[in-house]
Amino acid sequence: MSEIILKPKEQPLVPIEANNVTPDVFAGKTLEEIKNLGIWHGNRQDRLSKFFDIEGESSENPSEIKIIIDGSVPKTKWIGKAMTAGEILVKGDVNMYVGADMKGGKILVEGNAASWPGQDMQGGELTIMGNAGDYVGSAYRGDWRGMSGGLITVHGNVGNEIAEYMLGGKMVIKGNVSIMPGVHMNGGLLIIEGNVVARVGGEMKGGTIVVKGIIDEFLAGFKYLGIERDLNLEGEIIEGAYHKFKGDLATKGASGIVYAAVAGNSHIAPY
Amino acid sequence: MEHIIKNGIVYDPLNNIDGEQKDICIKDGKIVDSVSADANVTDASGQIIMPGGVDPHTHIAGAKVNVGRMIRPEDSKKDVVGRAPGQRGGSGFSVPSTFMTGYRYAQMGYTTAMEAAMPPLLARHTHEEFHDTPIIDHAAYPLFGNNWFVMQYLKEGDLDKTAAYASWLLRATKGYAIKIVNPAGTEAWAWGGNVHGIDDPAPYFDVTGGEIIKGLAEVNEMLGLPHPIHLHCNDLGHPGNYETTLKSFDIPKGIKANPITGNRDKVLYATHVQFHSYGGTNWRDFVSEAPKIADYVNKNDHIVIDVGQVTLDETTTMTADGPMEYDLHTLNGLKWANCDVELETGSGVVPFIYSGKAPVPSSQWAIGLELFLLVNDPEKICLTTDSPNAGPFTRYPRVMSWLMSNKYREDMIENHVHKWAQKKTSIATIDREYSFFEIAQISRATPAKVLGLSDTKGHLGVGADADIAIYPFNPETQDPSTDYMKLEEALTAASYVFKDGEIVVKDGKVVNIGLPGRCYWVNSIYDEELEKQIVGEVETMFKRYYSVNFANYAVQDEYLPRSTPVDGVIL
Ligand SMILES: [Zn+2]
Repeated sequence: MSEIILKPKEQPLVPIEANNVTPDVFAGKTLEEIKNLGIWHGNRQDRLSKFFDIEGESSENPSEIKIIIDGSVPKTKWIGKAMTAGEILVKGDVNMYVGADMKGGKILVEGNAASWPGQDMQGGELTIMGNAGDYVGSAYRGDWRGMSGGLITVHGNVGNEIAEYMLGGKMVIKGNVSIMPGVHMNGGLLIIEGNVVARVGGEMKGGTIVVKGIIDEFLAGFKYLGIERDLNLEGEIIEGAYHKFKGDLATKGASGIVYAAVAGNSHIAPY
Repeated sequence: MEHIIKNGIVYDPLNNIDGEQKDICIKDGKIVDSVSADANVTDASGQIIMPGGVDPHTHIAGAKVNVGRMIRPEDSKKDVVGRAPGQRGGSGFSVPSTFMTGYRYAQMGYTTAMEAAMPPLLARHTHEEFHDTPIIDHAAYPLFGNNWFVMQYLKEGDLDKTAAYASWLLRATKGYAIKIVNPAGTEAWAWGGNVHGIDDPAPYFDVTGGEIIKGLAEVNEMLGLPHPIHLHCNDLGHPGNYETTLKSFDIPKGIKANPITGNRDKVLYATHVQFHSYGGTNWRDFVSEAPKIADYVNKNDHIVIDVGQVTLDETTTMTADGPMEYDLHTLNGLKWANCDVELETGSGVVPFIYSGKAPVPSSQWAIGLELFLLVNDPEKICLTTDSPNAGPFTRYPRVMSWLMSNKYREDMIENHVHKWAQKKTSIATIDREYSFFEIAQISRATPAKVLGLSDTKGHLGVGADADIAIYPFNPETQDPSTDYMKLEEALTAASYVFKDGEIVVKDGKVVNIGLPGRCYWVNSIYDEELEKQIVGEVETMFKRYYSVNFANYAVQDEYLPRSTPVDGVIL
């Protein structure tokens, strides 16, 4: 694995768009060429080296490249956009759209991520050790075809409308979730280990949501199917007892499944 | 400024020129007989020359087009073009932003495009968007078919009042033609319903679609308009609708064409007829009735149609046919925007995916081509995709290539569309191939003539506007029937396009935006006294029902940077 280290200089007030920071773009380039890569800053382009001290060595093959962003970059968007292979490690926070359109490889963010991480993700692994904003693994605005593959893991808490229009792949949220996780979901697996404020699976038509914590408010459009124990989902055993629901029947022909842990959720079970 | 285009191979149907090598002379924006030795020279050796393309039916400006842009950010994301020197950036595959719309028409050699549905109340918005649509000449057709005043006057049987109102509204909105969409149906939609066929009355007004078509067809000739009534029939997209279509076609038959400007002889322009050529009773027993429709067109001389060819793309549908859009939304489950335009009309917008893997879109693709290939006389049929309804206008080059190459169609039928295209239609049995002359007819000559603009548009004779397209395809060494991919490329990116005598496109790229496009509108005064009375009635209705003041309704001259009135009757 050849490593390229990007040491952030002071982050600008206006965010930068780092969609060129991927193993795919770095592959086959000299250090000098990487330093000179164009990067959008507001309405004009600057060189990557304006915002980062860059060292290390590239490779011909993206899967042989590991990019290390050695610090927090809270004003940097689109890191790892559409990457297909290799690794990116961010030793701090990132702005919006980390791993958007990602197709393969791995991204690890040690800090927090703003909104839209893993937008329209198709493959690969995106891990956020801190919190994330809204729309984790959601569809591009307006589109009804969202995340279709890959794995997103957020160790902290997340905001609203995560996994919106999700079609496939897997998302694990270890912390708490605000409103409408899995809204319009059509496929895939969403596991929430913490609590949910409200409206889990609103207008979902397919896919599976597991909530291990407490759902404050549940939607009326779900049919209760009883209690199931030790769920077997995509080859993984999720231990414990769960209330099982099908919905959201507000949508014609819906067959999404929501599992809510029996512990703490008696207020949403119909007895 | 003088210009001469040398040695091109010219297709100019209105002047009976069929592939002759010929020089074209230009002076001060017009085509002339000869130019001085100082004229700029463009060499078009081994290339095709046609008049600039004329699109008689497209959706490029106004409220519903903009709703299409707003509800589909994912369509914008798909197709983004950065700015270039002298040009704006833009986005949108099926509904491009205004500037991109102008550039893209020009790149294909199209220099005139008509917005086919303008709600009168939103005329200002429409003209504002025209203002930002560079290069192309344009006009907009105000919607009349579900208008309260029209329905009220027709209910009273008063054609004079209808005519006076129509001539006033055309002037007030700077509109060009009488557009009729699902007559009585969109009004019924305001009550949550629709009409079925031409004999079903609108709620309250109690006039039928058939009566509205008939009344407005007569009014159209009383006003001496350059274009016939422009009709989107009832029952769009429903299996079995071909009977309604044929009945509607028959309504204006016998009315005499009376254009004050231009020399059309037709009294009916029926649009996107592909969507109106279906047999059967549901989507299972649905079949093409395009042969029956084509046969009607072949046997009758009062009608011109355009096709609304499905291009097999993901696109955005948008129409004043509000109830149809609701049906579409329940059919495909995708998002839907609905709009009620007060006393005038309504509209809807729904994304649609015409997939070659799906049976119905594949059949629709074939039905459009059947119409093109079974209507014998290219003076009776125009090339459209009802852009963006059946596909974006940027696909015209592909449609032309399908028409010119049976091989291309065979490849589509065998490898790219569902077998229903063969099972439900006759497309696989037709081997006709269009000539370049015929392509120039359906995309230039026929639309220009039926628009009443063939003095200056759609041809390359002396006196015409110097709107000229040159395509890098050599008909003497290349065969469109086999080189269809090259043909499609050539038609997509003209080597030169002249607009008003200036080079605006070179090698497929916009190099200059030239003058603002002309805005054609009809100046007619049917009966000044009666008009005054009507305007009084309109003002009363404004106070009672409209959300805007009467004084803020009409489009002022300032909206039109290049106002080009066309005369109707002035009595
Ligand atoms: Zn249309």
